[in-house]
Amino acid sequence: MDFSYDDEQDGLREAVRALLARAYGDGEQRRAAVAGEPGFDEKTWSRLAEMGVLGLPFAEADGGMGAGPVEVSIVAEEIGRVLAPEPFVEAVVLAGGLVADLGTDAQRAAVLGALAEGALVPAFAHAEIGTRWEPVARSVTATEAGGAWTLSGVKEPVPNGARADLLVVSALVSSGDAPGDTRLFLVQGDAEGLTRTAHRNHDGTRSARVAFAGTPAQPLGEGAGDSSAVVAKALARARVAYGHEALGAMETALTTTAEYLRTRRQFGVPLSKFQALTFRAADMYVSLELARSTVMWATLVVDADGDVVAAADRARLQTSRASRHIGKEAIQLHGGIGVTAEYTVGHYTSRLTAIDHLLGDGDWALSRLARTVDEHPTVDPLA
Amino acid sequence: MRLHLSPEDVAFRDQLRTFFTTSVPQPIRDAVAAHHELTKDQFVEAQQVLNAAGLAVPHWPVEWGGRDWTPLQRHIWREEMQLANVPEPLAFNASMIGPVIATFGSQAQKERFLPATANLDIWWCQGFSEPDAGSDLASLRTTAVRDGDDWVVNGQKTWTTFGQHADWIFCLVRTDPTAERKQRGISLLLFPMDTPGVTLRPIELLDGGFEVNEVFFEDVRVPAENLVGEENRGWDYAKFLLGNERVGIARIGSTKRMLVEAKQHARQITAHGAPLADDPWFRARIAELENELLALELTALRVVANSADGRPHPASSVLKLRGSELQQAATELLVDVAGPLSVASFPGADSDVPEWAQVATPSYLNNRKVSIYGGSNEVQRTIIAGSILGL
Repeated sequence: MDFSYDDEQDGLREAVRALLARAYGDGEQRRAAVAGEPGFDEKTWSRLAEMGVLGLPFAEADGGMGAGPVEVSIVAEEIGRVLAPEPFVEAVVLAGGLVADLGTDAQRAAVLGALAEGALVPAFAHAEIGTRWEPVARSVTATEAGGAWTLSGVKEPVPNGARADLLVVSALVSSGDAPGDTRLFLVQGDAEGLTRTAHRNHDGTRSARVAFAGTPAQPLGEGAGDSSAVVAKALARARVAYGHEALGAMETALTTTAEYLRTRRQFGVPLSKFQALTFRAADMYVSLELARSTVMWATLVVDADGDVVAAADRARLQTSRASRHIGKEAIQLHGGIGVTAEYTVGHYTSRLTAIDHLLGDGDWALSRLARTVDEHPTVDPLA
Repeated sequence: MRLHLSPEDVAFRDQLRTFFTTSVPQPIRDAVAAHHELTKDQFVEAQQVLNAAGLAVPHWPVEWGGRDWTPLQRHIWREEMQLANVPEPLAFNASMIGPVIATFGSQAQKERFLPATANLDIWWCQGFSEPDAGSDLASLRTTAVRDGDDWVVNGQKTWTTFGQHADWIFCLVRTDPTAERKQRGISLLLFPMDTPGVTLRPIELLDGGFEVNEVFFEDVRVPAENLVGEENRGWDYAKFLLGNERVGIARIGSTKRMLVEAKQHARQITAHGAPLADDPWFRARIAELENELLALELTALRVVANSADGRPHPASSVLKLRGSELQQAATELLVDVAGPLSVASFPGADSDVPEWAQVATPSYLNNRKVSIYGGSNEVQRTIIAGSILGL
């Protein structure tokens, strides 16, 4: 077991960090980017594409860079560090990942190369009102007639769903009385019978209500069976990547807080003179480092194609606990300024809260893990 | 970045696992598993079995019995010992004074003490804390005054663990009361516990045990050659020693074993008409602790790999802080699993209360110590805030 990065990986981190520092070096740049549609900066997206970042996890034959989850994790962490609103995890890891997993040669060639070049932004339309974090569709249905498929129903909230050029949609395929398979479909952004309404999320990003009314759709891949296991694994990989985005955000929230404690004066002294405050900052560090170890390990499990779903649950639980702890304390230790829109730290808490709920929160992961405690005597990362 | 152990490390682990589970006497391992206090003879026998196989002090310099292992191998060694219920080599010898003598001692001290220390032929105890010097260790008042070729020691130490078994003590003493900073006037002396003027008074703990003591010094004469390193530099050696202590203190394998026990015992207890082990809240509590422990173990693996020159990574404070909290959480869980049985701590031989339930609460109460010793958790927070966060 080895947690160290190689020189190339360090180089990638530096390059992405430098690019994002130019784009979001101060909080005002991000505020401007999320103020207008589509909720991120298209130029920054293009620059990420030029750097090769958007094609990192995809095979070279599909127009990607042929890199792995470790490289993806490095980018996600840098995204989180400056709260870059670009949908890296959403478009590349999740939507792109599903196309890479299931797509036919032609679909991969059409989607992944364009995604890597920045020419096409996909989104995964999966959540439905009244469901939470399942790998299945329940209300959006797919119907075949004469060899052509159409979708009906509503997906909401769909991160980046209005801006997306292409939607990867989960839908229920019913046959007779059977409960039905979940399968994935591609829907073009300009498809007939597709209605998308963007709305603003608390963290500055955008989601959409996406309604399908007999909307033409192309099955993703050739298999006719249920795809929920593939969805479950793709969601798990995205959870781990979000974990890295959260690590970047938590680290900035902590360093910003520590800096504030050093410089802000009350009662005639810097706040760092108050042990009641510095001890709480120390506890934030403990939470961050424990989460970091777990998320890095989960990325290695993804890399080794181990039990990705279980590892993602473990990382999710640890990150959820840490991000709530750090997010809340970062605001509290700042005082009133932490709640203002003008100051950055509260936005970190907002984004951490969004990440915590997009793909499953800590209690959700714990509930899943609790069902498996009889299946092992101990949890052994070196097994 | 790599997930799996290399084939060499897998072989290494298997070899250790076999040794620990076959070569260390079963009665000793059973006693550890049952949370019994070991006798002095059991500690000595176990350490001598390890030492004969070169497994007592692998982290020491090679010429004194060290093995030049990687940090990962050391982690595996410690984990496998704990999982196999093997008593670890006495910390006062193996983790504390041994490395200090090996690093700062004279050649004569090394030759005289290190082999006997590794083999537990000498049992060391720690003369650090005093009634008025706990977390503020540098305020210690025990004095040593030079008189001819001797130092004459007067004062008192406390919380001296296993002082009743000890042959020798390593003792922080004030040798320059006029030093500008209180840290600068401290030296480290070594002397036998049967030196005239040394007396011991046991302290009973909440669990009814007597593992710690007060030690009193009255005109104790210590030959000058028994001073370690330089006069008035004892604080540096103490910090070195305490830093080493933090790395091994997380006791992850031992906590893992307690969670295994809790799961097993919960099968035998009925709650709401079904085995407690099937209760969703109980399972969630186990799952959360297992995850916290995983996070800690992974952090230990990450931190040891980054420790340069044998100096502990500043983040080793996280290991002490969280490791102690999780040990305590596991002992608390065992009390909760025992439930009403947990009050019957000292029943007679005719009692039907299972032994694990008898020892659960004493162990829980005793383990309140782990967030206090080795640099209290508040000291660890001070270290994190100061040396890592710059506060």
